Amino acid sequence: MTMDNALHQVVERVRAAASDATPLRIRGGGTKDFYGETPQGELLDMRALAGITSYEPSELVVTVRAGTPLAELEAALAEKGQCLPFEPPCFGSDGTVGGMVAAGLSGPARASVGSVRDYVLGATLVNGRGELLSFGGQVMKNVAGYDVSRVLAGSLGTLGVIAEVSLKVLPVPPAEATLEFACGQADALRLLNEWGGRPLPLNASCWFEYAGAGALYLRLRGAVAAVEAACEHLGGERKDNARAAADWQSLRDQQLPWFATGEGPDALWRVSVPQTAPVLSIDGAAPLIEWHGGQRWYKAPPSQAARIREIARAAGGHATLFRLPGSGARAAEVPRFDALSAPVERIQRALMREFDPHGIFNRGRLLAAN
Amino acid sequence: MNAPLTPTQHDSLQKTQRQSQIVRALQAHLPAHALIWHDEDTTPYECDGLTAYRARPLVVALPETEAQVAAVLKTCHQLGVPVVARGAGTGLSGGAMPHTMGVTLSLARFNRILKIDPVSRTAIVQCGVRNLAISEAAAPFNLYYAPDPSSQIACTIGGNVAENSGGVHCLKYGLTLHNVLRVRGFTAEGEPIEFGGEALDAPGLDLLALVIGSEGMLAVTTEVTVKLVPKPQLARCIMASFDDVRKAGDAVAAVIAAGIIPAGLEMMDKPMTAAVEDFVRAGYDLDAAAILLCESDGTPEEVEEEIGRMTAVLRGCGATAIACSSSEEERMKFWSGRKNAFPASGRISPDYMCLDSTIPRKRLADILLAIQEMEKKYNLRCCNVFHAGDGNLHPLVLFDANDPDELHRCELFGADILETSVAMGGTVSGEHGVGVEKLNSMCVQFTAAENEQMFGVKRAFDPEGMLNPGKVIPTLQRCAEYGKQVVRGGRLPHPDLPRF
Repeated sequence: MTMDNALHQVVERVRAAASDATPLRIRGGGTKDFYGETPQGELLDMRALAGITSYEPSELVVTVRAGTPLAELEAALAEKGQCLPFEPPCFGSDGTVGGMVAAGLSGPARASVGSVRDYVLGATLVNGRGELLSFGGQVMKNVAGYDVSRVLAGSLGTLGVIAEVSLKVLPVPPAEATLEFACGQADALRLLNEWGGRPLPLNASCWFEYAGAGALYLRLRGAVAAVEAACEHLGGERKDNARAAADWQSLRDQQLPWFATGEGPDALWRVSVPQTAPVLSIDGAAPLIEWHGGQRWYKAPPSQAARIREIARAAGGHATLFRLPGSGARAAEVPRFDALSAPVERIQRALMREFDPHGIFNRGRLLAAN
Repeated sequence: MNAPLTPTQHDSLQKTQRQSQIVRALQAHLPAHALIWHDEDTTPYECDGLTAYRARPLVVALPETEAQVAAVLKTCHQLGVPVVARGAGTGLSGGAMPHTMGVTLSLARFNRILKIDPVSRTAIVQCGVRNLAISEAAAPFNLYYAPDPSSQIACTIGGNVAENSGGVHCLKYGLTLHNVLRVRGFTAEGEPIEFGGEALDAPGLDLLALVIGSEGMLAVTTEVTVKLVPKPQLARCIMASFDDVRKAGDAVAAVIAAGIIPAGLEMMDKPMTAAVEDFVRAGYDLDAAAILLCESDGTPEEVEEEIGRMTAVLRGCGATAIACSSSEEERMKFWSGRKNAFPASGRISPDYMCLDSTIPRKRLADILLAIQEMEKKYNLRCCNVFHAGDGNLHPLVLFDANDPDELHRCELFGADILETSVAMGGTVSGEHGVGVEKLNSMCVQFTAAENEQMFGVKRAFDPEGMLNPGKVIPTLQRCAEYGKQVVRGGRLPHPDLPRF
């Protein structure tokens, strides 16, 4: 990547921070400040390092600088009939591409199309020694060396400053339809797993209760003929596409009324479990379920952490304290992320030291200091 | 009587002593039949699919249980003995080539399918299960495991995890990385460890993404949970001829630009077509400069719609002939040549070297023309078969290994293709891995600092460097020596100039 002024400044800032072990808080638009452990350190604002470096639709690859607004990237792709199929949540208009990769969060279509990590082809980063390093590339298949660029997805900035990423993009499918089914949670989970085993163009699903009644929304995407045939086959009530698109967008950004926790004591929990996990016996209101059963959102106070994590683990998954309660109550004693096994934690900490020997990047954001 | 030993005798004595020491230590944990060290027994383990590189291990261990794997790793770790894990030995880059002072850990006996779950559409299999065996076991549920490397009849899932294997369908269905949920195995110290999980993500850094494709350098895999996908109801394949390689290359880009992701999109050049037609008699167009195979799969409605769109694009790009399979038998016939490209090359030449670089799709014609120039330069023939849809090249350079000069020219030819691929914005390996074969080329693709950071990754998992040492990442010294020949400052000289 070209060493221009914006990149030069980032590199110099990292070198200076490394020389006196100043912690840096790497930040794009700040839309995900709430996510992970509390950010610490001096602000390193990435927004000046922006712009689409290269985009050739016939290559299905776009190379983007980290500070580029996600909205700008998505608009450029839409103009050519392409998209980021994993629908990264934006949580506002200021989200950046770097933040998208660092947070590693994916939206409604994730269970059918893959995650952010699956679409990262390459990355340039500044490590904790201030070295500019490139891994991966701009091609679909690449097994030269370790897949360092993909581990950046979800690293919350702890391995280095992401300067530029190359992403695989895909054409927007020719057809789309949303179906609604009235059903309870257990039925919804059963149906989703049944459908998943058939060659249907499933793309996203969402179940929640509204006014005491459960509703399952299913989005199909694919060839016109395939979507039409699936609608015929599955039944349900077909929704207006424009209305449905707005609703899926709200789901993606957690703007649906369901997500409002108000000023109460409830935090928002993200429970990631195998899609076949049964209804989980977590106290309180019914969850909102996405990813064909794989991602379940619960509203419960942080004090229930131990119980929620125990249930999630027993089901083969893990639980994240995604958003703190609206009441502003701090929950410092509850780690945001579930515990790691001893050997995995040892490797993760060692990996962070290898990339960031002075511990300057987003200190404690992913793994609390030990 | 007491004349000092010559250096060779000294080495040999040291080796024998070390071998006895390791055998004694491992005998405490393994049954007699799970341990071999005599030359006549270890010979089959000298190399993997890359037969040009050979080494003899001190000992081959064939454990049957995870407890035995742990014991072998712990023992070797204590003794400071390198361990090279091995599956079916079908790899093409020497990734499983033994260490002359090490133990080869054969996982061939971990060959059980533990669970096929049609509801969650996952399979839990031991690492030594063959790729195709997973799809066969899932077939009664109308499910299959998508990645299909051409060696799928023999290669194991553990090896696929090590290499992040692809296949002809990975443009649409993804690589091993996209189809594996969980890897269970052991650290270099013999501690059990799991990466990923049955859920769609796991807390913390995504170590699974690093372990897949790490060529046995970070951990030893013993068990894998893979995703299974519903079998498409129908697949049809278009065979299109072009009288010019540039038109064929442009057609590949045009199909993608039209918003189509084919299930497979393959390209063969004229010499390759001639070689395979002679072998399988699939009815390929021998006059064509290049042939494209373009496949659509899905529901019958989807396939009909897509085949129509593909045909229109290919015609628009100047295809001189187009045939579309109308039965499964005919589809298999179209593919028979492509799938037999390697054995067909073996028939027309005593030896061949298979390359594996990837380039941006738009450079397909450029690299074909560059390779044609190289054929003249090195005075060797080359047949080309490409996973064109994802830009992954498999040029097959034909040579005779018994002729030292041909072998040398072949190596230069191969290095030239790899370095030209990097110069075109590509990579030295798309799916076969670096192993020992492409260590020099890694010096061209990565800077010293990048290679050093990858050594850092290795240290984080395996601080003492016991797992498959010496593979994948070149040392600074190696790059410096290679650099005296071709490289300056960690990069190619004049990277902006076309290199042909």
